[in-house]
Amino acid sequence: MTVKLKVNGAVHEVDADPATPLLYVLREDLELNAAKYGCGLGQCGSCMVLVDGEATLSCVVPILALGEREITTLEGLGTVEDPAPIQSAFIELQAAQCGYCIPGMMMSAQALLQRNASPSDQEIRDALRTNLCRCGTHMRILAAIRRASEMMSAGAPSNRRAG
Amino acid sequence: MRIRSLVFIAVVLAGAAGAFFLVWRPEIPVQAQAQAQSFDPALIAKGRELAAVGNCIACHTVPGGEAFAGGLAIPTPFGTIHSTNITPDRETGIGGWSLAAFTRSMREGVDRAGNHLYPAFPYDHYRLVSDADNEALYAYLMTRAPVRQDALANDLVFPLGFRPLIAGWKLLFLEAAGFTPDPSKSQEWNRGAYLAEGLGHCGGCHTPRNALGAQDPDRHFAGGEAEGWQAYAINASSPAPIPWDREALAFYLRHGWHELHGVSRGPMAEVTGNLAGLPDSDIDAIATYVADVMGEPSTERRQQAERLRQDVGAPERTGGDADTLAVPPDVAGMPGAALYAAACATCHESGRPLPFGGLDFRLSTAVNAPSPQNIVTVTLFGLPPADGEASSVMPGFAGALSDQQVADVLAYMRTRFSSGTPWPDVAEMTRRTRSGEHKVVVRPSDGIERAPLNVGVEIGP
Amino acid sequence: MTIATSRRAFLLGSGALVVSFSLGAEAQEGEVQAGTSAPQPTFTAIDNDRLDSWIRVDANSHITVFTGKAELGQGIRTALTQVAAEELEVAPGEIELITADTGRTPNEGFTAGSMSMPNSGTSIRKAAAQMRRLLVEAAAQTLAVAPESLTLQGKQIRSGDRALSYGEVAAALNLEVPLAGDPALKAPDTLTVIGRDVPRLDIPGKVTGAPAYIQDMRLPGMLHARVVRPPGYGATLTQVDTSAIEALPGVVGVVREGNFLAVIAEREFQAVTAMRELARRARWSAGTELPEQAEIHNVLRGLESEVGTVAEEGDANPSGDKVFEARFTRPYQMHGSIGPSCGIARLEPDGTLIVWSHTQGVYPDRAAIAEMLGMEPGRVRVIHVEGSGCYGHNGADDAAADAALIASRLPPGRPVRVQWMREQENAWEPFGPAMSITVRGAVTNGRISDFTFDLWSNIHTTRPGGAGALLAARQKSGPATPNTPRLQISPSGNGDRNANPLYTIPNKRILWHFIPDMPLRVSAMRALGAYANVFALESAIDELALLAQADPVAFRLAHLEDERARAVVQMAAERFGWETATRGPGRGKGFAFARYKNLAAYLAVAVEVEVERETGRTRLVRAVAAIDSGQAVSPNGIRNQTEGGILQAASWTLYEAVTFDRREITSVDWSSYPILRFASVPETVEVHVIDRPGEPFLGTGEAAQGPVAGAIGNAVRDAIGLRLTDLPFSRQRVLAALTAG
Repeated sequence: MTVKLKVNGAVHEVDADPATPLLYVLREDLELNAAKYGCGLGQCGSCMVLVDGEATLSCVVPILALGEREITTLEGLGTVEDPAPIQSAFIELQAAQCGYCIPGMMMSAQALLQRNASPSDQEIRDALRTNLCRCGTHMRILAAIRRASEMMSAGAPSNRRAG
Repeated sequence: MRIRSLVFIAVVLAGAAGAFFLVWRPEIPVQAQAQAQSFDPALIAKGRELAAVGNCIACHTVPGGEAFAGGLAIPTPFGTIHSTNITPDRETGIGGWSLAAFTRSMREGVDRAGNHLYPAFPYDHYRLVSDADNEALYAYLMTRAPVRQDALANDLVFPLGFRPLIAGWKLLFLEAAGFTPDPSKSQEWNRGAYLAEGLGHCGGCHTPRNALGAQDPDRHFAGGEAEGWQAYAINASSPAPIPWDREALAFYLRHGWHELHGVSRGPMAEVTGNLAGLPDSDIDAIATYVADVMGEPSTERRQQAERLRQDVGAPERTGGDADTLAVPPDVAGMPGAALYAAACATCHESGRPLPFGGLDFRLSTAVNAPSPQNIVTVTLFGLPPADGEASSVMPGFAGALSDQQVADVLAYMRTRFSSGTPWPDVAEMTRRTRSGEHKVVVRPSDGIERAPLNVGVEIGP
Repeated sequence: MTIATSRRAFLLGSGALVVSFSLGAEAQEGEVQAGTSAPQPTFTAIDNDRLDSWIRVDANSHITVFTGKAELGQGIRTALTQVAAEELEVAPGEIELITADTGRTPNEGFTAGSMSMPNSGTSIRKAAAQMRRLLVEAAAQTLAVAPESLTLQGKQIRSGDRALSYGEVAAALNLEVPLAGDPALKAPDTLTVIGRDVPRLDIPGKVTGAPAYIQDMRLPGMLHARVVRPPGYGATLTQVDTSAIEALPGVVGVVREGNFLAVIAEREFQAVTAMRELARRARWSAGTELPEQAEIHNVLRGLESEVGTVAEEGDANPSGDKVFEARFTRPYQMHGSIGPSCGIARLEPDGTLIVWSHTQGVYPDRAAIAEMLGMEPGRVRVIHVEGSGCYGHNGADDAAADAALIASRLPPGRPVRVQWMREQENAWEPFGPAMSITVRGAVTNGRISDFTFDLWSNIHTTRPGGAGALLAARQKSGPATPNTPRLQISPSGNGDRNANPLYTIPNKRILWHFIPDMPLRVSAMRALGAYANVFALESAIDELALLAQADPVAFRLAHLEDERARAVVQMAAERFGWETATRGPGRGKGFAFARYKNLAAYLAVAVEVEVERETGRTRLVRAVAAIDSGQAVSPNGIRNQTEGGILQAASWTLYEAVTFDRREITSVDWSSYPILRFASVPETVEVHVIDRPGEPFLGTGEAAQGPVAGAIGNAVRDAIGLRLTDLPFSRQRVLAALTAG
């Protein structure tokens, strides 16, 4: 069955069971890598994407629920050549060890920064409460989000690609 | 004329004197420095258990703040009340309170200086607490770490900021102090009644309130509200698909979940979290009392429950075919059916046992309750993870589902898993809950949630 | 194996096998293009002792470096590149690094034990230095100048205004030469890349969604499989009706061989759906009964078979009026990588098998997989592809074996990807072993005079090593059996790692009570026995300091002779402000030190914790560590690894325990196996690196685990006056201790 999805500003038609969680369609049909499988239970945050700007766990959302809503993945924020502030900040502060959880962290942070460009440390921690990191990169993740917040407060557009 | 004037003046004076007598409470002098060491450790330990029954820490601690230092904003229909500092700090807490002052506050709702306290502090229940228990509570609180933290001003609708008015409320609704045992009941029942009606103040949430905010004694345990959550009826009208019994209640109060009822959440998570430290005898006593208030279920209800229990208990309920959990065709065609199958069934029909597996919705009180508020809240915001300990976790679907989709999926669940009538206006309730117009406090399901490392969230402005 | 006939035709009919591996061009190089090139019966063996096995320079001056080590998320790719770049005078970005691949790289065993820099880093540096010397000597000859007069820059060798490119020189050279034993390395004061913070090469891609992990690999025609594992250890498959499964959309087939059960589908979520249905239909016998969790340490002690003497000096007999004795325990704990294990395999038309895996050891894994399938090892190629963070022997080898077994039953040319589910990872990975330790120590005249340390532990390494190490091989028909573990006392240690204190103690006796039986599957987890041993040891040292009425830091220094050990202790104490730190309510400070394996990196850490008395919640507030990993190649990499070690060890110490009932593992997700969350992340973590130019690389990755546990235990002791001896310091356990007083 064909389902239409609006991902990173483009409409895609995918041939998939409508009950399929968004995560599998992003990875398998659209060949996007950033959203990761971590638990399939909505407990770890590795699969985080934005749906109409809100941080959403793509492993538990069936594509049939999404309709016309705008889905943004990490790929939709920027590129290596033209990174979004959140991406520049993670590169600048070397905020990764294995990096597997990092895209999900960045999407939770992006959702926060889009509605509040200058969050407090407590607000950042709260926004990341669903996200787990096993390598212990937490200090750098927090620092990178604060750095991204500075960049965005200074007027950098939060999103380099999908507008 | 002169006489009439005199009579009038006399009446006014008498009225004022009466009012004064009614309203005025003397200040109890500040006591000398409390001697923490002077309390018997056994008394302090007893006080710790009693404070857990009273769930004191929940209201008197701001998430992330110091324990018992107060400052939590408690929304009421009459405005916002801030809890007070009950640490033994002499300036800002209760360090200067004598035992007499403490006991008076518990029984009469009057602070040491003689001010009337708002009944958000449930002295209408605490009046039942015995002298010995007040002494233990006092010993416990006086041996906590003192925290210097001033109370925040309340924000109440006019004219309720005028405290003497509370005296009138008390005249109408506050009964005399002391617990009177019912000699026709067992000792355990009486112990349970004492704890549940007194310190436990179950009715504070589970009994509906009248227009003046007082509990309606005619609808004892008939269901109320707390922090935006529905506190279910825990009397004969309990909506639980399988009637509670003493054992189930005891297990639930002890562990915060029961295989036939689900996990505690919202404000109840704090209650069960705190009760975890209570002796079995007290837990059993509360369960005995509450089970008795609920009463024996009707034969029909019991038979229904037995059938349900067998269905649910069947180890291989999905035996032969891909999905044999029978779904009537008219239900299967509902707009929420596909959403339910894709988003909910993965966990809720996985067969993984509670507390970490999803509850079989046929057992869900939320799906069978008169109001969908709780299940709307959980669908939107999930059960956030507890910090550093095992807890039931459910992802929130606020980002994934629109108001109408939530309404669709809940309509499907109501039809499929409950014999209740359809809920009206679920989409509107979802909108109000999502936007914070209806304010609800969401916390993990592990208990003691107001402790400093709370990771719960407050939804709404 | 049963394969639905309608699918089989499709399977066999799809012949397009041109490999285009989406992880990047470098991975395609050397791939067999089936159907176009002649079949290779075996993969070529790599000679560890030849220069060109480690480094190559082609005619275009392209430099390729080969390592048998794997990127586990520790950033080794960047550090190894730095080492080669240093000796070759090029920017790190000029170097292409090929990591563990039995078809291309040297055999360096496992990427484990913090040995990548000591082993591969040292080898690559020497190989690069040899290459540099060969190039310079050849260029000197061509240009007829003295080698010392040449300068190297921009991949050119210059003499005045004349220049030769590396490629020109290399093209004329025979580089198929033996590795030189001891080539001259650049002097420490001339280093320009080693010791500098080079940005990690992988981060830009990882933060923009580039394919980076095995989970991101997409091969043409790739199928997706899911395994259905038994409900518990030792359960056998008694009955399963697969016909309904085979009829499900997208299902290609079901593999049932003995107790190995898997389903293959065209699309990934179809495989997930089919797996769930298959699991519902499978009937299993009751498996091996597990011990009572609450009794696990007593049960394990009862399984002791022999005792190994780890160290013995003098005649240890702790007695007198200043004796500390306690039993410390550590539960089973899990690696719990955020990305569950994944393996991909493809049978080639020539009958060879390629396996992509995030294994720690491509060569040992190849041997085990070959044994499982009854193949010659040379006909199996295992290629490492990065997975989610690796902290030891997790499910990687097993997932690779699952994929290999399934691929071997599929027609050639159909790659199959096996992704483990979260609950499978948590239930089936080999855990860090439960341990218990009884310590006795005595203080005489202010010094430790007698010390005994008795530890009970399984072996901590059950890696391949033989097909019996692989779940699939144990579960398939004709099952392999695991090797019998043997007690072995080695300098670097295993279960006994770091059991022998580095402190000067005249009378000591350190014993490993060896437990061969493994009621729960266990293997290597970051630091092996050192985590629990250092926890117990450093807790005991603090108690002995108390008996001696000495400051814990001063007491340690009084018993430490090694200057480098003293240096990290002094630096951590100074940067923490040990002497001036004031104690807030509910707060305490704690200190610990260890030299990892007693022969690798030195690490000391001071921490501040907060214990919430009303709830028992314990939080790490701040940590300050000092580490000496020898010559520091990437200081920021060392800090990153050590910060991670601190936070991970804090999570182990405060929260983590595998749970189980008599039948099965019950901590199968993040709700039942809690780990550190952002709410409890410390306020600050500082890591200070002591660089030792010219000294050997000592490795970094595991140095923090034990000291952090010890320091937290000591800080809790300081905060509440109670010595906690059982890990983890869960809220309930701390509250119970506080309540009991």
